[in-house]
Amino acid sequence: MMELLIAVGVMCAINTVLALLLVIADATIANYGECGVTVNDKKKLMVPGGRSLLSVLRDNQIFIPSACGGRGSCGLCKVTVLEGAGATLPTETPWLTPEEQKGNVRLSCQVKVKRDLRIQIPEELFSVRQYRTRVVSMSDLTHDIKEVKLQLVDPPAIDFKAGQFIQIEVPPYALTDEPVYRAYSIASAPSETGEIELEIRYVPNGICTTYVHRHLKVGDAVTINGPYGTFCLQPTGREMICIAGGSGMAPIKSLLLEMERARDPRPCRYFFGARARRDLFVTERMRDLEQSLPNFRFIPALSAPAPEDRWEGETGLITEVVGRHVADASEAEAYLCGSPLMIDACIRVLREKGMPESNIFFDKFG
Amino acid sequence: MQELGFFTILFSAVFTNNILLTNYLGMCSFLAVSREVKASLGLGTAVFFVTAATTALNWAVYYHILVPLNLVYLRFIVFIVVIAAFVQLVEMIIERVSEALYQALGIFLPLITVNCAILGACLFMVIRDYSFGQACAYGAGAGLGWALAILAMAGIRQRLAQRSRIPRGLEGPGIALIIAGTMALAFMGFNGMVSLN
Repeated sequence: MMELLIAVGVMCAINTVLALLLVIADATIANYGECGVTVNDKKKLMVPGGRSLLSVLRDNQIFIPSACGGRGSCGLCKVTVLEGAGATLPTETPWLTPEEQKGNVRLSCQVKVKRDLRIQIPEELFSVRQYRTRVVSMSDLTHDIKEVKLQLVDPPAIDFKAGQFIQIEVPPYALTDEPVYRAYSIASAPSETGEIELEIRYVPNGICTTYVHRHLKVGDAVTINGPYGTFCLQPTGREMICIAGGSGMAPIKSLLLEMERARDPRPCRYFFGARARRDLFVTERMRDLEQSLPNFRFIPALSAPAPEDRWEGETGLITEVVGRHVADASEAEAYLCGSPLMIDACIRVLREKGMPESNIFFDKFG
Repeated sequence: MQELGFFTILFSAVFTNNILLTNYLGMCSFLAVSREVKASLGLGTAVFFVTAATTALNWAVYYHILVPLNLVYLRFIVFIVVIAAFVQLVEMIIERVSEALYQALGIFLPLITVNCAILGACLFMVIRDYSFGQACAYGAGAGLGWALAILAMAGIRQRLAQRSRIPRGLEGPGIALIIAGTMALAFMGFNGMVSLN
């Protein structure tokens, strides 16, 4: 018995001493004191050192877009760091072109603030704000996609362009110890400034999607920030080819609603890919749009329709369907939203049909 | 055994009793990070440094805490905990002191917490009843030997990748294991010069 107690005691003592040592080291060696971050040479922030640039900027109400929430897996949170960051890290190089590396572009989630920094960010990011919102409705669009309507509380309205996205802040809960941020496209029209709609697909063990699907209720408060993104309608008047899959519906729907409001007569075809009938949603609304927009056609396609679906529409992979419908794309422009795999495949098809790369706009889920 | 000099121990730990090539410890990172000389130099340096330091550290913990209290059976878990804490500490210090060194070693440090060569070196030092000085020499030698082996391996593999057409079935780990075996055979040539056992 005594031996057992000594063993446990020694083990505890050794672990405590080592933990204490690390705590002391963390407070002394890893303590970088206060650092100054100069943004665009006009705003100087005093921030605690040792944390990532992305998170200290967020604490100071400057929101850099980031879809993965700081894990270095989306490559969106690029900022130009003019002074004080050291060399580019191996975790950043996959996301940066050689020109960007030469131009001191860095991923702000990977840059640790250790001394005074001088950084440059796009001017429009200053207009990105944090909004307090309230869930006013939640409904199932399909078996795994929920539509979430958020009413803006403070500030009471948001000004965004169709196709842009916002970030949801997920508070700490069972799956996460700290707040995380995830990006979702706005599915509603920009003319509705007091309320926005999001379409969120459930991903098993996804931190944000589990939170939304399993925990979030009508009436709950949700903090968002935004708007971000350049996936917007180009005022060229060219024929449009929209392609989306799954919750990639959201930004395209926003674009179409904006066109409806403006009574835009541009020819537009919208290819929407799903597996079976149970994965289709807002089809009725799209059929309405075919009535109100003179030159709009909605073409849903199922890749694996179930026998009970009695599907008579298009079947096959979305790329095959696009290939069958589009003969010459050299004068058109494309808006794509979906998984990286789908987008890459669609770009290949459109290029084969003669579409210049500069006419293809897309929103990849990171 | 006690009369072995420091230099003899160091030398034999590098060559005749190379921890990687005669004991086959630390194989996972040896196979995974030996594609390029640059990366393996970084990892090798980190392993050398951590092995040398933790062998000495664990010697003190073993003979001044575990042996007097009759707790030698706890050595496995205690050694691992000490190694893990030490690696954390070193990572913080390097990050603070030298940006360049952190860039070179930083990403490898967390990897080697679980490198069995390091735990192996600590256990051999106990089995062979080394004095503190001998333990230090052995730790440095074992780390150096491991670094040497991975560097040689990376050199060979880098060259193979540039020049040779490897049969498809042998690409990757297959050819790496064959090279490791051949290297181990070559190192057997040192056997008999000095023996630690």
